[in-house]
Amino acid sequence: MRRIPLPALAVSSLVLVATALVFVFYVAPNDQTLGFSQRIFYFHVSLAFTAYACFIGGAWNAFRHLWKRDPRADLESYVCVHQGLIFGAMVLLTGSIWAKISWGRWWVWSEDELVLFLVLYLFYCAYFMLRFSVDPGPQRANLSAVYALFGVILIPVSFAAIRLAKEFLHPRVFTLHGPNFGGWILVTYCIAQAAMLVLAYTLYRLELGGKRLDARLRDLREALA
Amino acid sequence: MSYVRDVGALARKDLLLELRARDTLPAMLLFVAAVFVIFHFALPGTPSRLETTGFLWVAILFTALLGLGRAFVPEREQRTFDGLVLAPCDRSAIWLAKSLATLTFLVAAEVVALPLYALFFHPIHGAMVAAVLLADVGICGVGTFLGAMAVVTRARDLLLPLLFLPLAMPIVVGAVGASVSASPGRYLGFLALYDLLFALVCWATFEYVVAE
Repeated sequence: MRRIPLPALAVSSLVLVATALVFVFYVAPNDQTLGFSQRIFYFHVSLAFTAYACFIGGAWNAFRHLWKRDPRADLESYVCVHQGLIFGAMVLLTGSIWAKISWGRWWVWSEDELVLFLVLYLFYCAYFMLRFSVDPGPQRANLSAVYALFGVILIPVSFAAIRLAKEFLHPRVFTLHGPNFGGWILVTYCIAQAAMLVLAYTLYRLELGGKRLDARLRDLREALA
Repeated sequence: MSYVRDVGALARKDLLLELRARDTLPAMLLFVAAVFVIFHFALPGTPSRLETTGFLWVAILFTALLGLGRAFVPEREQRTFDGLVLAPCDRSAIWLAKSLATLTFLVAAEVVALPLYALFFHPIHGAMVAAVLLADVGICGVGTFLGAMAVVTRARDLLLPLLFLPLAMPIVVGAVGASVSASPGRYLGFLALYDLLFALVCWATFEYVVAE
C-alpha cells in the first residue's frame, strides 16, 4: 500500500468521487419512501464507515507502537485519528442535514449512529487535547496510543449502551437505510464507499508525508544549529 | 501473592493519607449535598422519579470526578510517582491500588449521598444500590487510569473530565437504566460487562502510561 505514489492516489480519488457524485445524483433510482433526500445516505453511510475505519486504523497503529515499538507508528496513529475526526465531523454534518429533512430538526437523539458518532467525536477531540498538552516525546506517544486503543473499545460498548438506552429515553423511530438494497442502489453505494475510502487514504498519506517532512526539517535544523 | 501484597500496601498508603489529611472525603460529601440542592432549584416543577434518578447519577458522576481529580495529587506534589514506578512491583498494581482507594472514598460518599437522595427526592430500591456499586467500580477503574494519564500533562485538572465523560456515557446508561427499568437485570449485566472489559484493558495497559 505504501508503494502507491501519492499523485496516483490523488487522481484516483478525484475520479472516484466524481463518479460517485454522478451515480448518486443521476444513476441511482429515487427511494420509494424518502424520495430525493435519501441520496444523502450514500455519503452519510460511506463517510461513517470510513471514519470507523480511520479510528480502527488509529488503534491498530497505536497497538503497533506499544507492542512492536515501531518508530513510525505513533505519527501514523495520530494522522489516522485526525482523518477519522474530519470524516466524523462530516458524518455529523450529513446526519444533521438528513435529520432536518426527515424530521424538521437539526438534531435527533433517536438516531443511534448519530449519537454514537457524537460520543466518539467528543472522545477523539479529547485525544487531541491530551496529545497537545504533553510535550513531544515517548511519553506523549504512549499516552496517545493507549487512549486510541480505549477509543476503539468504546465503539461497540457505546453502541450497545445507546441501544439499551432507547428503552427508557425515546420510542424507537423506524428508520431503515433502504429496504431494497439491490440493483443500482447497491452499485452506487459501493462506488460512494470506495470513493470515500480512497479519499481518506489519500488525505492520510498527504498529511503523513507533510508531517514527516516537517520532522525531518526540524531534525536538520537542530543538527545544523 | 506478592502482587496482592503490593496492591494492599499501596491502597493502605492512600487510605492512611486520606484518614490523616481528611480533605477529599468531606469535600465530596458536601459537594453531593450542595449539588442536590442546586438540582432542586434547577428543574422547574415537581420532578418525577425518572428525572430525579438522572439527578442522582449526574451528582455521583461529578462527585466522583472531584475525588478522581484529587487522586494523584499526593504523588504529584511530593513527586513520589518516580519512586512508585521504580519500585519492584508490577506497574498495574499502582493502578489497582489507587482504584481501590478511590472506590472506598466514593462508596463512603455514597453511604451519605443515597440516604440524602431518598430524603430529598424519592426512595431508593435494591436495583439502584446494585447499580451504584457496579457503576462505582467502572468509574473508579477508568477514572483512576485517566487520572494517571492526565497528571503527566500540562492541562491536568482540566483534562480529566474531558477524557472521562465520553467513557462514562455507558456507565450512566447502565446505571440509570437499572434504576428506572422494570427489568434491571439487563442493565446490571451491561454494567458488569463494562467493568470487566475496561478493568482488563486498564490493567493491561497501565504500564505504558507510567513508563517511558
